[in-house]
Amino acid sequence: MSHSANKLNIQTNSWLVRIFLSAFIGFMGLFILGPLFWLAIRAFVTEWTFPNLLPDGLTMRWWRVIADDGSLLEAIKNSLIISPIVVLISAAICLPAAYAFSRYEFLGRKTFLIGIFAANAFPKIGLFASIATLFYTLNLMGTILGIIIIQVLGTVIFMTWIPAAAFSAVPRNLEDAARDAGASKLRVFWDITLRLAMPGILVALVMSFLAAFDEAQGTYLVGVPTIYTMPTKMYALVLNYPVQISAVFSLLLAIPSVILISLARKQIIGGQLAEGFQIK
Amino acid sequence: MSIAKDSVGLELIGLNKILGGRTIIENLDLSVKKGEMVSLLGPSGCGKTTTLRMIAGFLIPEAGKVILAGKDVTTLGPDKRPSAMVFQNYALWPHMTVFKNIAYPLKIRKLAKSEIEKRVHDALGLVNLMHHKDSRPSQISGGEQQRVALARALVQEPDILLLDEPLSNLDAKLRVKVREDIRDLQRRLGITTVIVTHDQDEALSISDRIAVMNDGRIEQFSTPQALYDEPATEYVANFIGSLNRFTGNFAEGRIQTGDNVVGIRPEDVLFSSHQVPGSHAATVDLVVPRGHFFEVYLSSNDQKIRAFMSADIPQVGDAGFVRISKALIYKDGKLVKVA
Ligand SMILES: Nc1ncnc2c1ncn2[C@@H]1O[C@H](COP(=O)(O)OP(=O)(O)OP(=O)(O)O)[C@@H](O)[C@H]1O
Ligand SMILES: [Mg+2]
Repeated sequence: MSHSANKLNIQTNSWLVRIFLSAFIGFMGLFILGPLFWLAIRAFVTEWTFPNLLPDGLTMRWWRVIADDGSLLEAIKNSLIISPIVVLISAAICLPAAYAFSRYEFLGRKTFLIGIFAANAFPKIGLFASIATLFYTLNLMGTILGIIIIQVLGTVIFMTWIPAAAFSAVPRNLEDAARDAGASKLRVFWDITLRLAMPGILVALVMSFLAAFDEAQGTYLVGVPTIYTMPTKMYALVLNYPVQISAVFSLLLAIPSVILISLARKQIIGGQLAEGFQIK
Repeated sequence: MSIAKDSVGLELIGLNKILGGRTIIENLDLSVKKGEMVSLLGPSGCGKTTTLRMIAGFLIPEAGKVILAGKDVTTLGPDKRPSAMVFQNYALWPHMTVFKNIAYPLKIRKLAKSEIEKRVHDALGLVNLMHHKDSRPSQISGGEQQRVALARALVQEPDILLLDEPLSNLDAKLRVKVREDIRDLQRRLGITTVIVTHDQDEALSISDRIAVMNDGRIEQFSTPQALYDEPATEYVANFIGSLNRFTGNFAEGRIQTGDNVVGIRPEDVLFSSHQVPGSHAATVDLVVPRGHFFEVYLSSNDQKIRAFMSADIPQVGDAGFVRISKALIYKDGKLVKVA
């Protein structure tokens, strides 16, 4: 008797839980996707103001404005050139470091790892301000190189922590077996270690690209008014152009994220990202 | 005993290895004949894997020499040695198929594609795995993975095959079958083999000779029979098979007071209902069935002793006579007499 009552209880309980959960997920979905949806609509309509339930009309005008405006195109071009370069440079510097972190015990190893983490935990604007003074003396203000350096800094945490964890997760005896089979150390790294760490590295590349592509604070400080990227151009857009232009621009800004995240979806859901942030 | 130079497969001379500030291997000598199968047998942590890794080239000894097929390889890396190893958990590469796993060593040796194909197929046939050549390691059973690892080692046609507890991840039944398979292959190919194990049954049943290790040293290196019949040290006697152990002396067929150690194998304890010369009165305390034999606990003259019997099993409480057919006498841990 009491058994079935108990069961009933659990069932009503789980009903309640389910309703709450659904409501919560629905709310979160609205919260995350709502603005995007709204943006998407704004980018294709003429006017849409408060009391009206429907927009006045559909148009591609805002897209044409961007296509015709040289400064906006320039920003897009800058972003598309700078971000990949930043990722490549960051990978060239950080991946060897990540390998060293995972495979060698050296003095200050832990301090280094935590330091990288800590540097990202403090407000970046302070760091950028002091870098800016350094850049003035080095004549790096207003240069592409300056922007690249500032953006590389923002990717370091992804490019070291995630790959370091991925390298650590490669069982040593798989490398030993390859050595035993006759492979040189370099060959083992190439055929076994790198190959097995690849999903983690892929996630790091995606995260770094997004971080670089989205970086606005430092890029603004160093680049404006000489060089604009898409995010820093947003500041100007919001102030000087019709709101629909910003909507179009935001959509453009979101495209790489959506593409990259859907490409790396398997790795991210597979836990490579989460694994990357476990301190060892 | 001296062996002609070209019949030596592996020679370890005065090996010393320090790990983490501790001497793990101390002055270790071992000489394995060509085509011989030798076990390194010992308890956990005695340095078996460390020794094997020095033979394979993963560890460089602090002192001593490793000589493989007549060549000093002491300081060569594992990729430069004519040895092939089967790892404890097989260490198959998960991103390669079975075929590619086995082909990898040959690919590195830059063999022609057709030659690789042929040799991999031969190796797959040898271990009966043709039907799994396109499977991933994660898709096949533990026993099959073990055979892939073996094939990957054999395909290299090494001068010496090294196996680190190759059977410890298999269930008991499979273990017996696979060890027979390994022994059979080893004999057919005539390949010099060193196998690490902590299972004495395994060592006794497949080795030509066994090196019993204790704390980084080799206690005894001899044939399974010699190891069992005349264990050179008290440690080996305890480690191999069962032993009744007494402090005292052995005289007139019984234990007398003294300060030596007397070891008696349970199968050398004979119990019967009638008296013969050299036997003493005894009673049966306990009888435990052990499958194909019985373990019989006896008391004789205030001494407790165990016997293994397979026929004429007595009942608890039976009175009779016990005779010791063989006793091993140790002084300071070393065998001094077989009585
Ligand atoms: N890298 C290392 N640093 C410090 N000590 C080590 C290292 N590798 C092994 N040892 C120690 O050396 C000893 C022998 O280790 P080894 O792995 O050779 O034992 P084993 O006989 O193979 O044991 P098992 O049967 O458990 O595999 C152990 O006490 C171990 O703790
Ligand atoms: Mg071991």
